[in-house]
Amino acid sequence: MHDTPAHAAQHHTPPQGFIRKHIFSVDHKVIGKQYYGLALVAVFTGMALSWLMRFHLVWPNKAIYGLQWLSKIGAPGGVITPEYYLSLMTMHGTLMVFFVLTNAPFAAFGNYFLPIQIGAEDMAFPRFNMMSFWITFLAFIVLISAFFVPGGPPISGWTSYAPLSAVGPDSGPGEGLGQTLWAVSIAIFCVASLLGALNFIATTLDLRAKGMTLMRMPICTWAWFITSCIALLAFAVLLPACLLLILDRVAGTSFFIPSNLMVGDRLQPHSGGSPLLWQHLFWFFGHPEVYIAILPSMGIISHILINSMRRPLLSHKAVIYSILSIAFLSYMVWGHHMFVSGMNPFSSLMFSFPTLLITVPSTVLTLIWLGSLYGSKLHITTATLFALGFISMFVSGGVSGFFLAQPSIDIYLHATYFVVGHFHMVMGVASLFGVFAGTYFWFPKMTGRMMSETLGKLHFWLTFVGAYCIFMPFHYLGLVGNVRRYSAFVNDFMGPLMPVHKFITIAALITGASQFIFLYNLIHSRFRGQPAPQNPWNATSLEWTIPSPPPWDNFGGKHPVVYHDPYQYGVESSTGDYVMQDAPEQIKTVRDDKTMT
Amino acid sequence: MGKLFAVIVVLIAIASAVPIVMHKWVPPVDISTHGPTIDEQMSDTMAEAGLSFLAAQFLLAFFVWKFSGVPATAKIRTFPGGATAMVAAAVILVGTEVLALGILGQRAWATVYFTAPAANALQVQTQAGQFAFYFRYPGPDGKFGPLHPDKIDEGNQNFFGLDPDNDPDSKDDIVTAELAIPVNREVHLLMHAKDVNHSFYVRELRIQQDFVPGLDLSLHFTANKTGRYEILCTQLCGLGHYNMKGYLTVLSQEDFDKWLKQKASEQ
Amino acid sequence: MATTVHEPPKSDRLPGRNGGGGRNLIPAEGDLRAIQDRSPEPARTGIWIALATITMSFAAFTSALIVRQGSATDWQHITLPRVLYFNTLVLLASSVTLEVSRRRVASYMRGMTSGAARPLGWLYATLFLGVVFVVGQYAAWVRLKSEGLYLATSPTSSFFYVLTAVHALHVLGGLGGLVNVIQKLSRSVATLRRSTLDATSYYWHFMGILWLYLLLLLWLKF
Repeated sequence: MHDTPAHAAQHHTPPQGFIRKHIFSVDHKVIGKQYYGLALVAVFTGMALSWLMRFHLVWPNKAIYGLQWLSKIGAPGGVITPEYYLSLMTMHGTLMVFFVLTNAPFAAFGNYFLPIQIGAEDMAFPRFNMMSFWITFLAFIVLISAFFVPGGPPISGWTSYAPLSAVGPDSGPGEGLGQTLWAVSIAIFCVASLLGALNFIATTLDLRAKGMTLMRMPICTWAWFITSCIALLAFAVLLPACLLLILDRVAGTSFFIPSNLMVGDRLQPHSGGSPLLWQHLFWFFGHPEVYIAILPSMGIISHILINSMRRPLLSHKAVIYSILSIAFLSYMVWGHHMFVSGMNPFSSLMFSFPTLLITVPSTVLTLIWLGSLYGSKLHITTATLFALGFISMFVSGGVSGFFLAQPSIDIYLHATYFVVGHFHMVMGVASLFGVFAGTYFWFPKMTGRMMSETLGKLHFWLTFVGAYCIFMPFHYLGLVGNVRRYSAFVNDFMGPLMPVHKFITIAALITGASQFIFLYNLIHSRFRGQPAPQNPWNATSLEWTIPSPPPWDNFGGKHPVVYHDPYQYGVESSTGDYVMQDAPEQIKTVRDDKTMT
Repeated sequence: MGKLFAVIVVLIAIASAVPIVMHKWVPPVDISTHGPTIDEQMSDTMAEAGLSFLAAQFLLAFFVWKFSGVPATAKIRTFPGGATAMVAAAVILVGTEVLALGILGQRAWATVYFTAPAANALQVQTQAGQFAFYFRYPGPDGKFGPLHPDKIDEGNQNFFGLDPDNDPDSKDDIVTAELAIPVNREVHLLMHAKDVNHSFYVRELRIQQDFVPGLDLSLHFTANKTGRYEILCTQLCGLGHYNMKGYLTVLSQEDFDKWLKQKASEQ
Repeated sequence: MATTVHEPPKSDRLPGRNGGGGRNLIPAEGDLRAIQDRSPEPARTGIWIALATITMSFAAFTSALIVRQGSATDWQHITLPRVLYFNTLVLLASSVTLEVSRRRVASYMRGMTSGAARPLGWLYATLFLGVVFVVGQYAAWVRLKSEGLYLATSPTSSFFYVLTAVHALHVLGGLGGLVNVIQKLSRSVATLRRSTLDATSYYWHFMGILWLYLLLLLWLKF
C-alpha cells in the first residue's frame, strides 16, 4: 500500500525553482492559493463596480473622479452614462458569480483541502489541475479586456439574454466586441471548470487513504465532491450555449435570433431562431450554478461549526443526504427563472413544485445546524461567528424563496429588487461568509500563522450588520415594485424610494470599506502573524495531523490510516475532548447520543 | 461574544420584521379582477415566511446565547428527538406548507394563464421596442392589418410598420402611444416585440409578461378601477431600459369611446 | 456513555504488489480481460467522468436542435453527403484496429520478449484511420459547400456543421491520446500503463458510438 502510480511519476521529488514552485505548479495547495488570489482580485473588482453602481443610482449627475480615464465614452467627465451603468452591472455579476463564488469556496478551498482531508498526496491529475487554474486565469483576462475595447463591456447582464446579446452592436453599446469577449471568456471558464470538476471527482473516488470510507469523509469534502458532480453536468451545457451564441454573433447563424427584427433601425438578417432556447440552456446551467456557489460554503461552515461546538451534527448522514437531494433537485427547477418569460405556463407550474420542494432539504440542514447547537459547548472564534452568520443569512435569503417559487407571486415580484435581495443574501453574503469562515479557520494551516482575532471580529460585525443593512431593504423595495437593472429611477412611484436607496448606498460603501480590514488582516498576518501550532482549533480531520504549512507531499511520504469518523468530539481521549481521525486509540464517547447515525 | 451575537440577531430579526408588520411596504392597491387571489396568496406566504424567518433567527439566537461560553466540564446533550425530529419537522411542517402554497397558488396562476380570453374582450396590440411601448386598436373592422418591420418609420409616426395603402385591414387601425382601456371590460393584449426581449409590467394590475421576439404572446385581464397607472419595462433591453415606460389609463366605457374616437381622428 | 472502538474497515482489495510504480503496468501473467486491477486507477475513473461530460454537451446540442427545429418553419431537408457513410465505416474500423492493438500490446507485455517488435503497427493503423475520418469529415463539408450550404445558410446546415465540427474536434483530442500511447510504447523502456491504454481506448470507442448517434440524429432530423 503506497502512493498510486499515478503519482509515482510526478511526486518522486519536490518541485525545484521559483517557477515550478509558485507559478506553474502542479501542487494542489499552490493551485488552491492561486484560485484564492484570483478570487480576491475578482471580488474587490466586483465590489468596486458595485460601489460605482450604487453611487450612480443615488447621485446620478455627480462626477466620479478618474472614471473618465477608464472609459471616455462610458463616463464622460466621470459621470456614468446609462449604458455604462449596465456594463458595470454586467461585469459585476459575471465576476462575482463565476470568478468569485465558483472559484473561492469550491476551487480554492476544495483544491487545497480535499486531497489532504482524504489522505492523498495530491489530486488525481495534477497537471490537469494546473491547467484548470491557468485556463481560468485566461478566462479572467479575456473578460477584463472587455473594459478596454471599443464599445466597452457588454450591457446584457450576466444572463446575457438573446437577442440583445446575439445580434451585435445594433442592439446597443458594448454589444460588439465586448459581448463577444464575454462569451469567449465564459466558454473558456467552462473548460477550466470541467477539468477541475473531473479532478475532484476522480480524486475523491480513487485516492482515499486506507480506512477513509466515503462516510468518513468530512462534510466539506462531501460538499466539494457533490458540487463537482453538479458542475460537471452544468458547465457541459453552458459551453455549447456559449458556442451557439458566438456563432450567432460572428457567423450569421440564427440559433437564438428570430426573423423580422428591427434593431437599431436595421432589419436583422437572421431568421427562425428562438430567444427562449438561450434562456433554457442558460438556466439549465444557471440554476445548478447557484448551488455550486452555496453547497461548498454549507460544507465549510458545517465543518467549522462542529469544531466550535465540540460535538458532531445531529446526523452526519442526514446532512449528506440533504446536500445530495439539493444537488439532485437543482437540475429540475431551472424554469423558475422563466415563469413570465413567455414559456408554456403549464411548464411554469411544473417547475414550481420541485422549486418549493427544495425547501425541504434546505430546512433539514438548517434545523440540524440549529438543533446541534442545543446542548453543545460553543466556543466562539471569528470563524465560528461567520459560520453562525451563514445560518442567519441563509435563513434570510432562503425565506424570500418561498415567494419567488410560486409563479403567481412571481408575476408581481419578478425583475424587482426582491429578487436581487434574495440572491444577494444567499450568494453574495451567505456563500461569501463560508469563504470568510474558511479563511479564518484554515489560514493557520495554510500559512503557519494566526490571523488577528480582534481584526477578524471587527470585520465580522461590520460585515454582518452591514450586509443586512444593504440587502434587507432590497426586499421592501421589491414589494412596492422597484424594478431592477434600472440605471436611474425616473418612474413616478420611485421618487419616495430614494432615501432608502441612499441608505443602502451608504451601507454598501461602509460595508465594502470594512473588507479592507480583512485584506489587511490577511496580508499582515501572512508575514507578521503569531506562529500557529499544528492544530490550533483542536480539530479532528486529517488536515490538522500535518504541519502548518504542509510539506509539498502533504503527509511527508507517509500514508495515513483512518480509524475514526471525522467528527469525534465529545469523547475522552489522550488528546482531550476529541480524537483525530488517524489516531489508532480506543475512545470513550461522553455524549448522551449515539455516534454518527 | 456569543451573547452579543444572540442580541444582534434578535435585533436584526425584529428590525427586519417591523416594516412588514407595519404594512408600509406593500404592493399598490390592486385594480384587477384576478389580483385579489394573488394578493391573498402573497399574504399567506408572507405570514408563513415571516414566521419561519423569526422562528429560525430567534432559535439561532437563543441557542447561541445559552450554549456559548459554557464551562468545560459541562456535558454535551442532544436535542430531544435528535436528527429524526428535525427531518420529520422539515418534511411534515415545511413540506406540507410549501405543497399547500404550491397547490393553492396555482389557482391564482390559473386565473391569469389557463383561461381563454372572453369572446368579446377588447383586443389591443402592444409593440415593445427600444425604448417605448406603442399600442394599436383594430378599429371598426375589428381586424389588425399585417406588420411590415421594414416599413417602420418613427419619424412619420409609423411605429408598427403598417402599409394602409396595400393592406385594407390597416386602414382603420388606431395607433397610440398610450394604452387606454374601459373599466370592467376584459382586455386581450396581444404582445409583439420589435427588436429584443422586453416585458409588460403594471404593478396595480398584478400583470407581468415578457415580450419575446418571434413569439405571439398575449395577456388578458380586466381592470376594475379607473385611473392612470404606469407601465414599466422589466426585461433588460438596452441602455434606455430604465426609461422605457408608458401609461395605462382606465376609463369609463363612455370616456373610452370618446378617447378612441379622438385618437382615430388623429391617425 | 458508550465505549466505542474504531477500527479501519476490512479491506476487500487483493494484496497489492509493492515496488516502485510497477503495479499498474500490464502484468506478466493472465488473460487481459480476466485481470483485476489492484486498485481503482484515476485514469480509468477519469475517462468515465469525461465521457459523461461530453455526453451532456451533446445532449445540450440535441435539445437545441429539437427546439430550433420546432421554433420556426425554416427547417430545410438536406441530403447527407455520402462520404459520411464511408467515414462511419472508417471510424468503426479504427475501433476494431484499436481493440486488436490492445490485445497485441497485452501479449507483448506478457511475453516481455526483448528484441521482438513492439505491436505498434495496429496502433498506427488506428491513428491513420482516425486521420482519414477527420479528412473525410472535411470532405463532407466541402461537398456541402459545393451545394451552397454554408454554416449560416439554414438552421439545418448550421447544426450539421456544428455537430460534425465539435465531434471532429473531440476526435482530434482522441488522436492526441493515441499519439501519447504510441509514444509511451515506443520508448526504449516502455512506460505505457494499462490504465492509460484503457482510458484512451474507451475514449476512442466512445467517439465511434457518439458518431453513430449523431449520424442517426442527422438521418432522422435532416
